[in-house]
Amino acid sequence: MAITAPSVETVFTARQITKTYHMGEVDVQALRGVDLELYAGEFVVLLGPSGSGKSTLLNILGGLDVPSSGEVFYRDRQLTEFDDAALTRYRREHVGFVFQFYNLIPSLTARENVSLITEIARDPMKPVEALGLVGLGKRLDHFPAQMSGGEQQRVAIARAVAKRPDVLLCDEPTGALDVHTGILVLEAIQKINAELKTTTVVITHNAVIAEMADRVIHLSGGEITGVETHSRKRPASELNW
Amino acid sequence: MLIPPLDRKMFRDLWHMRGLAAAISVVMGCGIALFILSRSMLHSLELTQQTYYDRYNFADVFASIKRAPDELINRISKIPGVAIAERRIVVPVNLSVPGLDEPASGRLISVPDVGRPRLDQLYLRRGRWLTPRSDDEALASEAFVDANQLEVGDTFSAVINGRMKELQIVGVVLSPEYIYEIKPGGIVPDNRHFGVFWMNEEALSLAFDMDGAFNDLAIKLMRGANVENVIQRVDYLIEPYGGLGAFDRRDQLSHQFVDNEIEQNRNMGLFAPSIFLGVSAFLINVVMSRTINSQREQIAALKAFGYSNLEVGWHYIKGVLLIAAIALAIGIPAGAWFGWLVTRMYARLFHFPVFLFRIYPSVLVAAAGVAASAAILGAIGSVSRAVRLPPAEAMRPEPPSGFGPTILERMGIGRFVPPIALMVVRQLERHPIKTGLSTLAISLAVAVLVIGNFFQDSIDYMMNAQFHWVQRFDVSVATTDPVSDRAMYELASMPGVMRCEPTRTVSARVRAGARDRRVGIRGIEPQSTLYGLVDMDGRETPLPPHGLLISKKLAEVLDVNVGDWVEMEVLTDKRPKRRVMIAATLKDFVGLAAYMDLEELRRIMLEGQVVNGVNLEVDPAYQDALYRELKETPAISTVMVKQHSIDSFNDTIAKNLGVMKRINLIFACIIAAGVVYNSARISLSERSRELATLRVIGFTRQEISSILLGELAIVTLLAIPVGLGLGTFFAWWMCTAFDQELFRFPMVVSNRTYAWASLVVIAASAVSGLLVRRSLDHLDLVAVLKSRE
Repeated sequence: MAITAPSVETVFTARQITKTYHMGEVDVQALRGVDLELYAGEFVVLLGPSGSGKSTLLNILGGLDVPSSGEVFYRDRQLTEFDDAALTRYRREHVGFVFQFYNLIPSLTARENVSLITEIARDPMKPVEALGLVGLGKRLDHFPAQMSGGEQQRVAIARAVAKRPDVLLCDEPTGALDVHTGILVLEAIQKINAELKTTTVVITHNAVIAEMADRVIHLSGGEITGVETHSRKRPASELNW
Repeated sequence: MLIPPLDRKMFRDLWHMRGLAAAISVVMGCGIALFILSRSMLHSLELTQQTYYDRYNFADVFASIKRAPDELINRISKIPGVAIAERRIVVPVNLSVPGLDEPASGRLISVPDVGRPRLDQLYLRRGRWLTPRSDDEALASEAFVDANQLEVGDTFSAVINGRMKELQIVGVVLSPEYIYEIKPGGIVPDNRHFGVFWMNEEALSLAFDMDGAFNDLAIKLMRGANVENVIQRVDYLIEPYGGLGAFDRRDQLSHQFVDNEIEQNRNMGLFAPSIFLGVSAFLINVVMSRTINSQREQIAALKAFGYSNLEVGWHYIKGVLLIAAIALAIGIPAGAWFGWLVTRMYARLFHFPVFLFRIYPSVLVAAAGVAASAAILGAIGSVSRAVRLPPAEAMRPEPPSGFGPTILERMGIGRFVPPIALMVVRQLERHPIKTGLSTLAISLAVAVLVIGNFFQDSIDYMMNAQFHWVQRFDVSVATTDPVSDRAMYELASMPGVMRCEPTRTVSARVRAGARDRRVGIRGIEPQSTLYGLVDMDGRETPLPPHGLLISKKLAEVLDVNVGDWVEMEVLTDKRPKRRVMIAATLKDFVGLAAYMDLEELRRIMLEGQVVNGVNLEVDPAYQDALYRELKETPAISTVMVKQHSIDSFNDTIAKNLGVMKRINLIFACIIAAGVVYNSARISLSERSRELATLRVIGFTRQEISSILLGELAIVTLLAIPVGLGLGTFFAWWMCTAFDQELFRFPMVVSNRTYAWASLVVIAASAVSGLLVRRSLDHLDLVAVLKSRE
């Protein structure tokens, strides 16, 4: 298995990005000049405590948010130059999202939540196939309210990967789950990364999860405080916390 | 998958909030129903009227003459533009009707002995046509026959040429010329005491000395003929024979009333639906804001996956369009049904022989357009917020909005107010637009009730003014021809007559520049006590010693002011023409009136002490004896008993008004309940977390319901003065809109109406508030706190 190396294609390049939020009457500086490169097919964990700027960084990479300053490139295209419509197209064609609180549509079944994406994607999997990938082939017609948190999160993963995205961005995917279901979810993500070669970024404040990654990027106070590269990734099934 | 997943979401979301969606659909459905009702009724009445006129050859021009030789009709026929000119004999008569103590009056109209009339043809409802040459048979108008419960074969008596003659009703008929049968000088139909009858021409011409002559004519014009031109030429031809001036349909009394009724519906028809559609747009606004707020994260997910803003916006718009579609599904059949009912009611009221009910496709298209616009208007604000919501921001829960010190604290009384009251006030102040719209929506319910009752108030006032301030007499009689005022002594000596006052009314054309109107100029004595010149506000205007006192409306129509001079062309007797001054105007309710000092009028008419009407004050104890004598007095053509007009009015108009009031009540309750129920449900779901927290920390059910219901109570109480103001404004607006030549509505809203409107809305709000309060009792504390909003 090829370990990521500089020769591998660069998917994301971020240069000196900053982000300031105006929350009511206070300004919050979420990112303070972040430089970053992410490579094709790699599994990256963004590790850091709450408020370290992880989610902001992920949102910017996913085209959900724009930085206050700095430049972001997706392959050779500059995301920071995109207008709203271009960002929408970018997300539609290239990005898969998994959120901490799943963000499933409660009024749609598992299959329908996935087909929400396959409807608009160019070369999608069949919803059944995507749900099969995450081990939910038998719960196609259940509504979110009828599923456990882990199952809901796996539906969310199936939904994210059904479009065969180039990058899979996961924001605290196990944040709301217990260890057992959390591991099932991580296994699903790992499997996607391995089988589909999807560049995968996982946000967590759980250091254990970092052991599954090719690279771990530490964030604190809106800045990158360190990067470590693993020569051996641990399978999710071995993790425990 | 046949239905795209996003559409499934929409259907299921709607199903989830079916209570709210149903409430909105019903309110909007009411608007649509009212729209369909008013339009279909308007179109159907117009079509029915038109069809009736066409089928029965309703004439275009009419004229009365003193006595013209038959030969004249040939000359009139040759006027360019005249298609058919038909001669008739029309005479007013006094009647004695079985089962009726008091005298009634009627109008006898001749029909050819052989064949049928070519114009203003009759529809034979029951019975048979007249036997040729019979002089004791009559066809009677259905309204009269029905009102007096007469039947074919019954007889009644008419004073014909001074002799009481018995006539047998052989047929019951309808005429396009008498859709609305109103006694000359009357303001409401009194079918019991006034009827129209048709008899063979020969019989009438012998009885009224019209052999080889006629006194009335009807003209059908050719297509595209110039009416004014024809009227001018007819006038020229009939003038030597005592022509009263030809007039077209616009001045034909029955047509005027029917048109007036249709016209009123044209204006009113759009007003009520707009209130409902406005309220439903507001309800949609409230519900959509809430829905979109609670779906922030779903919206974020959709956008994160690459759904465009347009797709997200269209998704929500489709949802409200579906609500509009349900409203149409409720409103169209309901409106069609009500429209049919009301149109049939009118068709019966007007005795139309044909009844056509139509809903034009264009009306349905317009209804759909209006419903869709109201729905989109209501949703557009929150949907565009959803569309503009940046996905990353949508991911985070909405930040707590800035609360500040409320008006209570700013006023420095905050310390004395319990925290719960502060919460209520802060909540209302925090959403000023929402609070304002809720207030406005409930105030519309108040306004609907005010308007509904305003008509009653206004008509009560108008009738009271007309019957007690203006018509202070008990009985008014009119003679066929002017008689010497010695007739007054005769009347004064009749049983029960306490006081008599003479009047002299002449038909005249009043002209100011290019504008003119045919009016009856009534000469009265300046010291008259039985006829009051009273304006809308109850102020008495003295009769000016010289010149004319005219209705303000007539002054408007003629575009003249007090002090201006007009030409007065009398159309009877010696037909004098004079220039007279407008000495004063009177803001009155009914018709276009003109008054003049009796002596001055007589001078203008170049006549002595003659009268053609007398107002009587009567001792009720002797009225039966008086009626018997009046019935047998040959010179009298019309007897108007004031009490009968009042009764007839109460029987017809008041009944219809009652129905209208009940419909209004239902609609206002639907609006008030719909708004309060929606607001309560929405604030319950928005704030269930907060309320549950309060319960957990020890607040009682009573306390937390007072937070929720307190808001609604404040909004309702705020809405009442606003609604009363709005209602008053709408009432004023309607008075302006209904300012017509036939009627003007006085702007009167009684305190009872205000109180009634307020109480009904408070009650409707209370009931729907309590309905929602029940769900507060079932608040699942644990579940609410665990769920993440």
